[in-house]
Amino acid sequence: MSAECPECGAEIELAGDTIVHEIVVCPDCGTELEVIDLDPPTLAHAPDEEEDWGE
Amino acid sequence: MKPKVGVLLSRVRVEEKLLIQELEKRNADSEILDDRQIVFDIQGNDWRRYDVVLERCVSHSRALYSLLLFRDWGVPTVNTYEVAENCGNKLLTTSALVRAGVPTPVTKIAFTPESALAAIEEMGYPVVLKPGVGSWGRLLSKINDREAAETVLEHKQVLGSYHHSIYYIQEYIEKPGRDIRAFVVGDETICAIYRDSSHWITNTARGGVATNCPVTLELHELCVAGAKAIGGGVVALDIFEDPHRGLLVNEINYTMEFRNSIDTTGVNIPARVVDYVLQVAEGNV
Repeated sequence: MSAECPECGAEIELAGDTIVHEIVVCPDCGTELEVIDLDPPTLAHAPDEEEDWGE
Repeated sequence: MKPKVGVLLSRVRVEEKLLIQELEKRNADSEILDDRQIVFDIQGNDWRRYDVVLERCVSHSRALYSLLLFRDWGVPTVNTYEVAENCGNKLLTTSALVRAGVPTPVTKIAFTPESALAAIEEMGYPVVLKPGVGSWGRLLSKINDREAAETVLEHKQVLGSYHHSIYYIQEYIEKPGRDIRAFVVGDETICAIYRDSSHWITNTARGGVATNCPVTLELHELCVAGAKAIGGGVVALDIFEDPHRGLLVNEINYTMEFRNSIDTTGVNIPARVVDYVLQVAEGNV
């Protein structure tokens, strides 16, 4: 399955076992994206890093 | 009956996907809890439908308060609120390590730029300033001289929020171009990596390169002691090799990242984590 990058419009191939909320990186523009739906496959910009993010 | 596992997360990274897949392999009934959508009704809830909640939030704040509420409602979690609290704030981590007699770099705490400067001058240069709460190598300052100390202290006081005025000052350790990241699950140090970097900050998030680090008896015992000091569970310890004092525990991470360490060490880290989570679900931990 594939979905469109919301940043640059590139068609991104998604693995068959992709799940919602998964993070993917657009191979064309490098934007970090989140899978927000699988039916149909839909991508959105992943949330930006915040000050308290980490391990 | 299948254990009911809640997986609390902010996003599904490689680590979360591997953990979810491992839970599916074990036939656990797992459910994703999105910390961006979750609403906790403090007065009434049915969170006890979960046998365990595995916390995998990217946000420390969301993890901390979620774990607190689960704890208060009697829902087992991995890790516990106490572990998140102790690990999420470096001041608490260091204090716990020192009280437990676990070797750690010399650290001083001050609350004003003036007292912080006095502490730094007494410790001698260089020192490292860190925010109490922070990760991925962010906002670390290596202070090489008094001018740098005065500048950074002023910036933290003026530009930062109030918690940047809790000055965490750590001695600078001359590392051999690397540090060690060790993974503890329960009472075992399951594996470790060296993180090589020409930069003094060795996080892989900042470009550190991972290679396998053999888990010696010394490293295992140090890491288990460090993990126990902050409450135990599933944690990743950052260890310095001091040329004179040997191994020192620098920091402990409670939502550990391990994608670069599975192939490097040959250890199936997500499987080991899920082993532990399911033991907690069954009440065996």
